[in-house]
Amino acid sequence: MHWIIAPVILPALLAPLIAYVMRHDISLARIASLFGSIGLVAIAIVQTLLVMDGDILVYRLGDWPAPYGIVLVLDHLSALLVLVTSVLGLIVLTHAVATGWDAKGRHFHALFQFQLMGICGAFLTGDVFNLFVFFEVLLIASYGLMIHGGGKQRTRAGLQYIIINLAGSTLFLFGLGVLYATVGTLNIADIALKMQALPADEAALARVAAMLLMMVFAVKAALFPVQFWLPGTYANAPAPVAALFAIMTKVGAYAILRVYTIAFGPGIAATEDIGPDWLFPAALVTVALGAFGVLGARRLMPLIAYSVIGSMGTLMLAIAAFTPEATTAALYYLVHSTFAAAALFLIADLVVSRRKDDLLSPMLPTVQNGLFAALFFGAAIAMAGMPPLSGFLGKLLVLDALRAPGQMAWAWAAILLGSLITIVGFARAGSMVFWRSTGQDMQDPDLMTDQEEMLVTAPSARPWEIAPSMALLGLLAGLAIIAGPLTNYLEKTSAQLFDRESYISTVLDPTGTKIIKKEH
Amino acid sequence: MELLVATAVGALTAGGIYLTLRKRAFTVIIGLALLSYAVNVFLFASGGLAVDMPPILSKYGEQAYTDPLPQALVLTAIVISFGMTAVLVMVSLGAYFETQSDRVDMDEAPEDVEENTP
Repeated sequence: MHWIIAPVILPALLAPLIAYVMRHDISLARIASLFGSIGLVAIAIVQTLLVMDGDILVYRLGDWPAPYGIVLVLDHLSALLVLVTSVLGLIVLTHAVATGWDAKGRHFHALFQFQLMGICGAFLTGDVFNLFVFFEVLLIASYGLMIHGGGKQRTRAGLQYIIINLAGSTLFLFGLGVLYATVGTLNIADIALKMQALPADEAALARVAAMLLMMVFAVKAALFPVQFWLPGTYANAPAPVAALFAIMTKVGAYAILRVYTIAFGPGIAATEDIGPDWLFPAALVTVALGAFGVLGARRLMPLIAYSVIGSMGTLMLAIAAFTPEATTAALYYLVHSTFAAAALFLIADLVVSRRKDDLLSPMLPTVQNGLFAALFFGAAIAMAGMPPLSGFLGKLLVLDALRAPGQMAWAWAAILLGSLITIVGFARAGSMVFWRSTGQDMQDPDLMTDQEEMLVTAPSARPWEIAPSMALLGLLAGLAIIAGPLTNYLEKTSAQLFDRESYISTVLDPTGTKIIKKEH
Repeated sequence: MELLVATAVGALTAGGIYLTLRKRAFTVIIGLALLSYAVNVFLFASGGLAVDMPPILSKYGEQAYTDPLPQALVLTAIVISFGMTAVLVMVSLGAYFETQSDRVDMDEAPEDVEENTP
């Protein structure tokens, strides 16, 4: 049963090897990193198959039973997110290797593996303090990746990103301290047990802890009013890193989903109204901010970053309902928006590296203008939520799930108007970059500056540079094609997530017989 | 005892927040360090304050003990915040040498930045 910890162990062993043994040999590091990522996908598939029949598997570190020891918990939700992470990681890594991004600074592959380790660990852990530790692992790797390649704007944006997240980490610890002082445990299942039996006079302190943790997760998920760090970070990060960061906002969304359904969720009097009272309005504003940001952006990378904020708003609207139906829709939209955001960043990277900069203004058309335009068009309609790709189905599922009175009017208005504005924004950006550029007269070659000449004669993208972006678009189309079976599976996932009793009894089972029984 | 610890945490947090909101890298780093001190003391107190008691059960008698878990948590938190502060110092030094400015706010991206393409 050591499969459960394998997604953490594999990158954790590989990263130091790459950093110390292969640091002078980029091709060796590339091979090791690619094989590691393929291995991670394989492990994630095995994990998904392990929990296929609805088991919750518990891995006890040091064989200490919960809540005394730290446990990793593998259920449908964790397996799904680890799978999404590993597939995204492999695709993004291929892009970074193919375009040579990984050679623009040092230790890209080691940091990349540490990042994957932190993300997988955060999805698997069943203990909130351990969640904090994995957050720090993924953050410290992301700091290195964020400033990979250097440059003035990037380093300054990276500095801001680090400061925001250090403040967020401090807040996380304050929240954990209050929580521990109230319920005396940090295991998620045990917190749920203690919260159910919490006397009314201690409820206030538990609410403080729940709100502090909500703010921390909201920072990670880029939710209003703590979304301000995202555009600067994503727009200035190296494009493959920004594509990988598409899963980082989902770590925040996952943490909210996990902790606020099981530990602070429906049926727990002290904290159950945090979702509708706080998360829902915040998500509404986030959708609006993202849409207006897309409309107002003057550069391509910030435009994509704002579309990520908008998609996080839509996702959190669905999560904030805290019902199994809405969670099913949220999970589908989560998988979709991760791949859609990554596809946009990778395609934008192909385009921007062949232009002077990412300003949304007509310039000389790049080589392969038509191909890039088609790719961008595909990713943009997926992100904006137009048929035939998965964005349309995702938004439809979210709309369909948000039918409660008092919720429907706001959520539908926000999502539909937000989508409209996003479509306008993307259409404007696409026509500026790809269409109007073709109307630019070719200058006399003698009058061109060296830089312009270099850009016009920039090499066309080789097939394996385009392959990762194509693969992501293929995944988005695939999500739309297999939407039926996938939503059936996601229904099981959310049903399992809302079945608090069996989660508690499996994780806290002192004998461990359940696990042994399920091994056979 | 409780009053002393509570006042200390409060003063450290207040100072930390004030300094973190400044616009120069040095004060922000000091502010974040103060905040992490505050949270370490706070975590330490979250298991209840007890003086002169061992953090371990004794089988030789009915001796009271203090909660050992917050001590383990604080240890982890100290190590992590120390490492993170070191990273922050290095990155802000890098930003300072690269831009000749230690401000942490960002200017509006100028139209003709030469650095924004990779």
